[in-house]
Amino acid sequence: MNLFASAIAWILDPANYVGLNAIPLRIGQHLVFSLVTLVFASAIAIPLGYLIGHTGRGRGLAVTTSGGLRAIPTLGLLTLVALWVGIGVVAPYVALTVLAIPPILAGAYTGFEAIDRRTIDAARAVGMSELQIVRKVELPLGLPLLIGGLRSATLQVIATATLAAYVADLGLGRYLFSGLKTRDYAEMLGGSILVILLALALEGIFALIQRFVVPRGVSGRPGTAPKLRTGSSAAAR
Amino acid sequence: MTWVLANLGLIWARTLDHVVLSLPPIVICFVIAVPLGWFARRYRVSRGIILTGAGLLYAVPSLPLIFVLPAVIGTSLLSPVNVIIALTLYGIALMVRVVADGLDSVDADVRQSASAMGYSTWSRFWQVELPLSGPVLLAGMRVVAVSTVSLVTVGAVIGVQSLGSLFTDGFQRGIQAEIIAGLVATVALALLFDGALVLAGRVLMPWTRRVAPPKPSVPLEVSAA
Repeated sequence: MNLFASAIAWILDPANYVGLNAIPLRIGQHLVFSLVTLVFASAIAIPLGYLIGHTGRGRGLAVTTSGGLRAIPTLGLLTLVALWVGIGVVAPYVALTVLAIPPILAGAYTGFEAIDRRTIDAARAVGMSELQIVRKVELPLGLPLLIGGLRSATLQVIATATLAAYVADLGLGRYLFSGLKTRDYAEMLGGSILVILLALALEGIFALIQRFVVPRGVSGRPGTAPKLRTGSSAAAR
Repeated sequence: MTWVLANLGLIWARTLDHVVLSLPPIVICFVIAVPLGWFARRYRVSRGIILTGAGLLYAVPSLPLIFVLPAVIGTSLLSPVNVIIALTLYGIALMVRVVADGLDSVDADVRQSASAMGYSTWSRFWQVELPLSGPVLLAGMRVVAVSTVSLVTVGAVIGVQSLGSLFTDGFQRGIQAEIIAGLVATVALALLFDGALVLAGRVLMPWTRRVAPPKPSVPLEVSAA
């Protein structure tokens, strides 16, 4: 417990709130970096996922690619890209964008797929154009699963951003690695606690968002009875 | 390629280290998750508590967890035990939900029929419910195996040797081939474990061979790092 006391003392130490290595600055870096990565990944994955979900084409390919990407170790991708582009923030941006795409893509197309086909047929029957169907039916009904995908991606990016400090002077991970170098366990432990708290806080925020984006008139979660379990648990983990 | 040929011994040694680090979490998490998942499903209150706990545990990033564990369990920071325990915890976090979902997927009629035939709760669990939820469990274990093999590499940044050491070493010395060799070997090992699980599933659950495998009801995206 002494170790935790020293870690908390490190977190509260005023010396760690000034200069270029200040805790708030590192948290800010961590968050901005994660946000930008998620925006990049979303810009690629959401339109693509909606296209796959709406047309039903290319699903097999998307599933295989996402599955394959899961097997690739983050650290390997990170170090490889860092060797290519040099030490700095570019490598983490590239590597993490690649990693964040599969969960968002999966959230986007499974969100569309989980919708009852009869609902979409009904929308078509009342004269909606394809674009209207996407905008007014599929998009709102698929939103909870998309948010679920974004939630997985966010957790993954926050976690991997810590690792990114191995190749760049970036975010809370710096404390872990500089502590490791100087054998300062209080710094390592304090930094670790901050990352864990950040991840849990975001997890909580996403859990709330996910509850609020279910459109009015839709009872509970999307999908029909047997699919409900699959869909909702995959989204809510 | 020349680097790979000149260092086959090193790659093989790191692969063995990797197996030693990744196999225990995969096995232990299953052994712990089955009773825990059963308990989670059994009572409404325990379900909420255990599944929420598992969800939160799953949200904890792996590298910080490896740093925090020594302070909790008193191991040394560089001990491989930290990596094994951290990965076991992730496996449990994922599998508890899968086990609960798998047991849920067993038809209530089947369960009642088994009781009517005279199965005790204990034997009904082992002989009816567990085998019938097998395909769901298998799907979950495949996710656990692949993500565990991938996550073991993270330990390399604090000096726990595995195929991940090829990444850190290759990065520091600027040898691209070393990193690529590590990537290929890690993915190959993951596929090998995955294949072994599929094979085990076929042997243990011969009745599933002709049916299409069920969609896994697990979060398929695993927080990496």
